[in-house]
Amino acid sequence: MKNIFKSTLALVALFAAFTSCNNSGKSGGKSGALASNIAEKVYVAPGEHDSHYAFLSGGYSGNLTVYGLPSGRMFKEIPVFSQFPTNGYGYSEESKPMLETSYGFIPWDDSHHPDISQTNGELDGRWIFINGNNTPRIARIGLRSFETEEIIEIPNSAGNHSSSFITENTEYVVAGTRFSVPVPQRDMAIKDYKGNFKGALTFISVDPEHGHMDIKFQVLMPGFNYDLSHPGRGKSHGWFFFTTYNTEEANSLLEVNASQNDKDFIATINWKKIEEYVNNGGGTMMPAKYTHNLLDEATHTTTSTMKKEVRVINPSEVPGAVYLLPTPKSPHGCDVDPSGEYIVGNGKLSANLTVHSFTKMLDAIENEKFAGDAYGIPILNFEDVLAGSVVQPGLGPLHTEFDGEGNAYTTFFISSEVVKWKLGTWEVIDRKPTYYSVGHLTIPGGNSRKPFGKYMFAMNKITKDRYLPVGPEMEHSAQLYDISGDKMELLLDFPTHGEPHYAAAIPAEIIKENSLKFYKLADNKHPRKATNESETKVVRDGKNVHVYMTMIRSHFTPDNIEGVKVGDKVFFHITNLEQDFDVPHGFAMIGANNADLLIAPGQTRTLAWEAKQVGVWPFYCTDFCSALHQEMQGYIRVSPADSDIELSWSFGED
Amino acid sequence: MIIGSLLLLGLFKFPLWNIMLGAPQYPDPLGMNIYIQGIEGVEEFDLQNIDGLNHYIGMKTIPKPEDMWEFSVFPKVIIGMVILGVIIGSLGFFDRLSYKYFLGWFLLMSILGVLGMYDFNNWLTEYGSDLDPNAILKLNNPDGTPMTYKPPLIGHQKLLNFDVDSWPHIGGYLMFTGMVLTLIAFWLGRKFTLKKTTQ
Repeated sequence: MKNIFKSTLALVALFAAFTSCNNSGKSGGKSGALASNIAEKVYVAPGEHDSHYAFLSGGYSGNLTVYGLPSGRMFKEIPVFSQFPTNGYGYSEESKPMLETSYGFIPWDDSHHPDISQTNGELDGRWIFINGNNTPRIARIGLRSFETEEIIEIPNSAGNHSSSFITENTEYVVAGTRFSVPVPQRDMAIKDYKGNFKGALTFISVDPEHGHMDIKFQVLMPGFNYDLSHPGRGKSHGWFFFTTYNTEEANSLLEVNASQNDKDFIATINWKKIEEYVNNGGGTMMPAKYTHNLLDEATHTTTSTMKKEVRVINPSEVPGAVYLLPTPKSPHGCDVDPSGEYIVGNGKLSANLTVHSFTKMLDAIENEKFAGDAYGIPILNFEDVLAGSVVQPGLGPLHTEFDGEGNAYTTFFISSEVVKWKLGTWEVIDRKPTYYSVGHLTIPGGNSRKPFGKYMFAMNKITKDRYLPVGPEMEHSAQLYDISGDKMELLLDFPTHGEPHYAAAIPAEIIKENSLKFYKLADNKHPRKATNESETKVVRDGKNVHVYMTMIRSHFTPDNIEGVKVGDKVFFHITNLEQDFDVPHGFAMIGANNADLLIAPGQTRTLAWEAKQVGVWPFYCTDFCSALHQEMQGYIRVSPADSDIELSWSFGED
Repeated sequence: MIIGSLLLLGLFKFPLWNIMLGAPQYPDPLGMNIYIQGIEGVEEFDLQNIDGLNHYIGMKTIPKPEDMWEFSVFPKVIIGMVILGVIIGSLGFFDRLSYKYFLGWFLLMSILGVLGMYDFNNWLTEYGSDLDPNAILKLNNPDGTPMTYKPPLIGHQKLLNFDVDSWPHIGGYLMFTGMVLTLIAFWLGRKFTLKKTTQ
């Protein structure tokens, strides 16, 4: 009896110990053992690789950054819409055409929503697309070279925000306008907006082999603001969904005037139907001016072409292709679950989160249960298409992603948290704070048929005290969560670059083996290449002097150039002769008004330099390439404009 | 005997020897495969990159097949030995020739092999020590003599920042196996003959 009593006591003590452990774990998770457990989850040992790539948009940096998960380490900044003096992108003669637009050369943009190419609704890791928001453009970045390979401008668009989302076989990358504008642009009173402005939703076809983009058609929608979009997938493949706000069609003080309607819309477009219409010659070719800029990997050179017309479609031309789904209160994110059944409208001023059913939508369309129309586009009844609502999950819902296990994760900007809820039952399962005011969130593959639901990261708009203070201007913070369990677990806080809006992430093994190590010199077709030192030369063409130069550890050929005169423009066409992994060379010329060049093995790049002053001017390699990097240098002699010194060049002569 | 000598044909397809050079900057080592007809890089640009590195210490570039008489003579010698081996083997099989010729072939092949190794070693020595007097890096050993860069004939050696490993490759192993098979053929032939004479 005594013994039993004793062992019961011991058991009670044991329970107490476990319970107290649990408690301390829940309250803050800062106890030693648990903290080190979390550290292990994000620790990638020196020399080891991360399990996932994450591609974060740069926002006002105009670029795309590459991170590793779970470590949160940044590997690379890929220049896309912005000049990048680091490697000469947008400064070299070969890359300047990439930033040409119908407005001329534009050195900057605001990049928002990267999306990785898909096959059968699953990430295939061939390309990543991203939108330029300010001067409407879509870029394609190759995931072999991790370089921007193509940019196409979007005519009739303004604030290219509901972009760049792709259909499940990368048939189209879709770009929707945020601002409605006069189409075509013309001089008119702003107050006449209502009924006159249009919102262009652009479907850009993607060549399945090379990824080359071409505008297939634009749907000219009523003058709402088109905020975000996502493709249907699985059963809803063939449809595309766009959130709208400002269905009031206000042109001033939108924060009040565009928040009056109880419901705005999710616009849905049956693009397969329109595609068929277009393939049969439907639509109107409209005069337009937009650039198409394409990098040729063989010549390492981008060519910019000005396009002269675009095919536009009026929704009324294709009956049964466009519908409006009433959705409460200025919905922002428009997210489709992996099955393609649920369309989440994140009504940012709404107390509840609205989820539409694709099946119900089809049913309502079939039975022609319309509540009315807007400019001839049928409006469905809210109740007929509603799948369910997540009731009061938080304040200010913005974006939703999915884990492939039947759960959805929604960010709440105002209450600064991520909320996990269940598809179908609409019950809230968990909530975790973010630091602070989260915008988008990303689950690898979280907007595809097959999410890889191990990690989720939230990208925040406000940083404040998360890191050591660095003055009034800060980089934004992101938080990584483990979502493999029932409850989300905060693992890591990491700073990002620029302002990441959306990000796309993918398991590393899908792309890492395809990553290019260097360009083959034998495949170089640059018109001014020099593939060995005997091909180097200097050629005068009027006031232009072309230097065909090579670089290899650790010298330039030629490295002494004479006969250049004041007023000449010198083009250094430099080929890196190395054929080894990670041996780039740089080139910097004193007084150059542009940037340096970073040249990968096998590549040719050109820097223009104006000879302004008489003298002997040095150039050197900017990338510490070898033990004799400091010896990698040369001189150009600039003589007076009326000098009669002949052009000459040499290397290794005394 | 026949199989043994035919295995020598593997030398035309597979490298006889392999030298790998790894360094902190080369986690994936550079490598050269030595065939009887010439030297090739393990990866497409390895030879170019080895030459590029060697120019700092003034080494000559890796020889092309036409630069060395060995690469035209070795294939002929091997073909000769294969034909000889097959003839000896066939005649031996039909009892037209004494098994002792098997041993003869083996000894001849061994002598040629040793000569080949000796020649190979001479080349490595020359390659590693005949340096450009204007080399960028001129290093001395601790005892004051100029440093040379001869890769090991066989085994591992540290040369500056490089770990050099030199070992036989598939072709070499096939050749050794073939030679061992001819020895076995000799031994079998001897056993068979002794049995007959004791009967």
